[in-house]
Amino acid sequence: MTSTTSGSRSAGRLALAVLFWLAVWQVASLAIAQDLLLVSPLEVIATLAAQLGTAPFWSAVGYSFLRIVAGFLLALLAAVLLAAAAGASQVVRTLLAPLVLTIRSVPVVSFIILVLIWASSGSLSIVISFLIALPVIYTNVLEGIDQRDGKLLEMAHVFRVPLLRRWRAIDVPAVMPYLQSGSRTAIGLAWKSGIAAEVIGLPQGSIGEQLYQSKIFLSTAELFSWTLVIVLLAFTFEKLFLTALRRTALALGGT
Amino acid sequence: MEISGLTKRFGTTSVLDHLNLTLPDGVTTVIMGPSGSGKTTLANILLGLLPRDAGTVTGLAGARLAAVFQEDRLCEHLSAVANVRLVLDDGAHRQRPDAVRAELAAVGLAGEDLTKPVAQLSGGQRRRVAIVRAMMAHADLTVLDEPFKGLDEETKDRVMGHVRDRLAGRTALLITHDPVEAARFDGPHVSLGGPR
Repeated sequence: MTSTTSGSRSAGRLALAVLFWLAVWQVASLAIAQDLLLVSPLEVIATLAAQLGTAPFWSAVGYSFLRIVAGFLLALLAAVLLAAAAGASQVVRTLLAPLVLTIRSVPVVSFIILVLIWASSGSLSIVISFLIALPVIYTNVLEGIDQRDGKLLEMAHVFRVPLLRRWRAIDVPAVMPYLQSGSRTAIGLAWKSGIAAEVIGLPQGSIGEQLYQSKIFLSTAELFSWTLVIVLLAFTFEKLFLTALRRTALALGGT
Repeated sequence: MEISGLTKRFGTTSVLDHLNLTLPDGVTTVIMGPSGSGKTTLANILLGLLPRDAGTVTGLAGARLAAVFQEDRLCEHLSAVANVRLVLDDGAHRQRPDAVRAELAAVGLAGEDLTKPVAQLSGGQRRRVAIVRAMMAHADLTVLDEPFKGLDEETKDRVMGHVRDRLAGRTALLITHDPVEAARFDGPHVSLGGPR
């Protein structure tokens, strides 16, 4: 009851903050009075409402959403498996270190150009969101593995606790906060880089292509409206994913 | 179980120096000694947590082990029942936890103390969970390192009686610095000297 009340209060404060910044935006757009430079929020909402009833809008949303989310989920799976292997073997950890550092340091545009040379633009946002999310999640999960309680691991070793039971009782609870934190960061980066890749590679029917066309036709309202859609998609997916992750952790938490 | 010539050094300090010791089957051997005499070092070597510098331990290869460590070493988010079930054999783990509840009740834990996370229990209650965990684990050697530390006198008396009953017929090593605790156990009493 208390946490629900506190949660509602916090959501209320957030809504007020959003309203405040929308008001600032509206006033700024009225002051500038040039739609090409800064369209008003009301205009953006009107444009978005008009887009919502069209098939190409939903097709573009589905196209980009599926690819970016697929890239993220593949990165999550690969990162967890690789971090588990690195946690268990110093050789694997050493072998992966330069690879992860390289992926993390290479500019995203270099990857985009390489993927466009090696593969079709249709797979571009999957590969890019995968490559951007992978090192973030890997590093976080490995940190969680390193932070497990050594005394508890010794206890499990002495009592010969079966691996699956040890994993549920000791490993998952220790790693989960790091996985949640890494996933939150990785989801934001996957969306930003995935859409950026689409704007450069212009896969047909993607959100990136729509953004590019907004720029070509100097349609600031559409540019803002698509940006709003991207923010909402990333926000909604992040909330749904983290809730699912939390529930999975709770379900796994007992023995 | 035979320990011969067991030696362990930390830097230039020799904590165990050519220790010879027999742990008779089915009996609780009591190890006493002042701080720094190597009691916990001996326990950690027997539990496979610390390498020895010299000496042999026969009869330990492949043995199932159980322990009450100096620290409770409980999974904080799990209940008392879940912490005990964690170490049970597969067969016992699959059964309803009635036996675990009964054992916890025997040391004075009942009601919601059995089901809430152990992080919410008092120090003495957590200690009793750690003791029951070791008593219920299937083991060829049970090592208890200052197991009654942190228990109030009344609880300690009850828990010591329970532990003595549960260890009857089992091979065990009880480490304590308290002569009153040591006197409650009938097996051989061994004193370790100070650090050298």
